[in-house]
Amino acid sequence: MLFDIEVKISLKSGMLNPEATTIERSLELLGYDVENMKTVEILKFQMEGEDKEAIRENVVDMCERLLCNPVIHDYEINVIPQDMA
Amino acid sequence: MKIGVIRFPGTNCDRDVAKAIELAGMTPEYIWWSEEKLTDFDGIVIPGGFSYGDYLRAGAMASITPVIDGIKELVKEEKPVLGICNGAQILGEIGLVPGIFITNEYPKFNCEWVDLKVATSRTPFTKAFKTNQTISLPIAHAEGRFYTENMDLLKDQDQIVLQFEGKNPNGSMEAITSVCDESGLVCAMMPHPERACEKLFGSDDGLNFFKGFL
Repeated sequence: MLFDIEVKISLKSGMLNPEATTIERSLELLGYDVENMKTVEILKFQMEGEDKEAIRENVVDMCERLLCNPVIHDYEINVIPQDMA
Repeated sequence: MKIGVIRFPGTNCDRDVAKAIELAGMTPEYIWWSEEKLTDFDGIVIPGGFSYGDYLRAGAMASITPVIDGIKELVKEEKPVLGICNGAQILGEIGLVPGIFITNEYPKFNCEWVDLKVATSRTPFTKAFKTNQTISLPIAHAEGRFYTENMDLLKDQDQIVLQFEGKNPNGSMEAITSVCDESGLVCAMMPHPERACEKLFGSDDGLNFFKGFL
């Protein structure tokens, strides 16, 4: 079965996010008043497998070893069987 | 003395580093990222640049290449390893030094000469300086803000090597811009010593970092 996978990577709460701060400042220039801007990186890919949980474990492994840096990042994983997508 | 200069796709300070190693009286040899056997080398420099286009995070992709296994073996043999700029980010990603270097507080590529305080002279790279001495080196990075969750441990174990003096151009914690492992033999630094090896370029303070391999 083919699974669609989505990994959302964000900075841990409380961490300085210079990109978000800059976007917030730019919006202010346009006259918008926004607060608590955050940026999130989303990675999308597909994996072939039988068991959703086994796939998820694999993706957790990917996050810990390469996709995220556990010192600064939180991540959220979504595994969706393709026929349900 | 043969010093390895690691090359990844996107490394761009390799030739400057090789020149600096020559000026310091040693023989540089380039090492491609796929090389795993580094036992012939007396020390390693991971130069600056933009390995793998800084994709995911600066240094993330380089940190899982075969050459890193070779570097870890050399570290076990107590051979010195110096990571400069992108090399420092890579050492942080591997976890050979504590903390990591992330996007500057003001997220702009920042290229300028800075004054630095030598916080410890116990590493081979800073042994020619006195502790608390001020030196001058250039920085050139957008992702150099030092961050750690273990500041107390870092201080207790004398792992802070260089700190910005007079100003903190990237918002680093305690203005730290270079740290080492517990032994002091593995050192990560954001400033570029290879760009300050001849008086003609404004300072030769950087040459001492390379003489540290001797």
